Amino acid sequence: MGFLWAIFMPMMVIAAGILVRKAFSVVSGKPMEYQAVVSVMVKSLPWAFFAGSIRTATNSLLANSNLVTKIYFPREVFPFSSVLAQLFDFAVATSLLVVLIAFSGLTVGIQILWLPLLLLLLILLTAGWGLFLSCATLFFRDVKYIVEIVMTFGILFTPVFYDAAMFGEWSRVILLNPVGSILEAINDVVVLNRAPDPYWLFYAASWALGSFFLAWIIFDKAEPAFAESI
Amino acid sequence: MSSVALEFEGVWKKFKKGEKHDSLRDLVPAIFKSLISGHHRDALKAREFWALKDVSFQIKRGESVGIIGANGSGKSTTLKLLSGILKASKGSIKVNGKLSALIEVAAGFHPDLTGRENIYLNGTILGMRRPEIERKFDEIVEFSGLEDFIDTPVKRYSSGMYARLGFSVAAHVDPDILLVDEVLSVGDMSFQQRCMEKMQEKIRSEVAVIFVSHNLAAVANLCDRAILLSKGDVVLDGPCEKAIEAYVKSMGSWDSKSQSGDRGIRFVEAQFKAGAGQTPHMIKPHTPCEMAVVFECESRIPPFNVGFTIRRTQDMAYGYVATTQELGHPLFELIPGERLAVLFQFDAHLTRGHYRVDLNVRDPKGAGFLLAATGVASFTIDEQITSHGLADLGLKANIQCVRARDQRPRLIQVS
Repeated sequence: MGFLWAIFMPMMVIAAGILVRKAFSVVSGKPMEYQAVVSVMVKSLPWAFFAGSIRTATNSLLANSNLVTKIYFPREVFPFSSVLAQLFDFAVATSLLVVLIAFSGLTVGIQILWLPLLLLLLILLTAGWGLFLSCATLFFRDVKYIVEIVMTFGILFTPVFYDAAMFGEWSRVILLNPVGSILEAINDVVVLNRAPDPYWLFYAASWALGSFFLAWIIFDKAEPAFAESI
Repeated sequence: MSSVALEFEGVWKKFKKGEKHDSLRDLVPAIFKSLISGHHRDALKAREFWALKDVSFQIKRGESVGIIGANGSGKSTTLKLLSGILKASKGSIKVNGKLSALIEVAAGFHPDLTGRENIYLNGTILGMRRPEIERKFDEIVEFSGLEDFIDTPVKRYSSGMYARLGFSVAAHVDPDILLVDEVLSVGDMSFQQRCMEKMQEKIRSEVAVIFVSHNLAAVANLCDRAILLSKGDVVLDGPCEKAIEAYVKSMGSWDSKSQSGDRGIRFVEAQFKAGAGQTPHMIKPHTPCEMAVVFECESRIPPFNVGFTIRRTQDMAYGYVATTQELGHPLFELIPGERLAVLFQFDAHLTRGHYRVDLNVRDPKGAGFLLAATGVASFTIDEQITSHGLADLGLKANIQCVRARDQRPRLIQVS
């Protein structure tokens, strides 16, 4: 059953994405490309990982308030373990996707070697925001409602169902969202077999590293006050 | 490693009481308000209070120290500061060695996991490595006495089983410093006994133990030294008996204020007398004593009896408890304005220690006391033979030494 839970959320995202793509093709009058479907799949899984991690990490400290107030051990464990659990689900879903793609005959090129770096950036970004949000929720309870709403509609502001390139001139605005630029880079290296745009890669990397270390510093500074503020 | 395990140096801890902005919705208007009015800071200062005020002490390896005091005196704050859960506002805390805290021992349990899995989980949280837990696993299970239920999810456990498993895991961590907060109250008598033995074993093995409890008998039993806290100040740091005595005295010295209950009867006077020629506060065992007390009835009250209690203050053990009814007297009935004088007489067959007399007036049919006064009188028994036990039984030992055959045994009388 654990396996099914791991793929449930990505399956829903993929199904929604394919539906949206179908609508695009109906409106534009062009037939739906096979590549578009694969692209939706490839971008949906990292998004599901990101959204799931942020949701669970945000609540991780509050949900374990018992441990926070009663026993001392490094509190970073809580948000990190949320991200790790989601990463495991992500790995399960990804291995299924790999099988699917292999059967469908899509060939991946040498550019796929970028993928580990891109995933690392995504993990750092997720962990960083998770750290920050878990600690923000501890001090301000309504942060978790804000996160919930942003995560629900965030998928529409992120190029998961669509490609940033569809916006032409305005694609830069879409890529300002670091999750979007990482997803587009993943799409580039896996589906389109081309190197990621160095400018946006650098942009995403700065976000990932910056938010990870900044969040850790904030978390560390705020930690002594956890037990009495929770 | 130095012999000092723990050091508190001028530690202050501040808490805020009252309203706190724990949502952005409240914080944003509050910020605007403070920007406009400007004197937000003073209001904040007024809501702060100091839970610990300049507390300093040192604890060495192999020392066991009790921390006692009334509720709100800062005991738990001290433990939480030591364990790192809270951080001091001022001052420095030095911890030399591995510290383990028996505070809410079952806090790290996950209800859906089995006892076995929780031993691993909780052991890890408490800082044990996996091989270490594996090595001690059987010992932990045996100590908890939960062999038959170890593969049952802990959510099906009773609260006693929960706490026993928690204590067993925590007790098998090998710390240099052990903090214990009121956890010995879990489990049945035999488990409590085992816990005490485990703690004493830890003390013998050069572990510094800090023990926080309201169970003064347990503190007296386990600790050589005690720190008495009151409202965040160290009142006394010294031998256990002294600290407990000071604590008990601070709790209940008799004056007109310590009469509780205003249900129509009050003490007019109470006088304690001990046998001829002895100062009333320092007496020998077996001394005949008298406790005279006069009550006055102020309004209509139901028939009542008078209760008499002697307690040893160092551990609050009961020396003797009886009521006039139990002594064979009928219930007393007073009408307003009438007075009743009772003279209790007893022989102090007690061992060394400080004792206090509590009196109460009780309606056997009703709940609670009509009147209760603690520490109406207190006295110290001056005896040098034994410091253990409660009653001086006038014990004598007859020794017979059996020599080799054909020799007459010698009889030695010991007095």
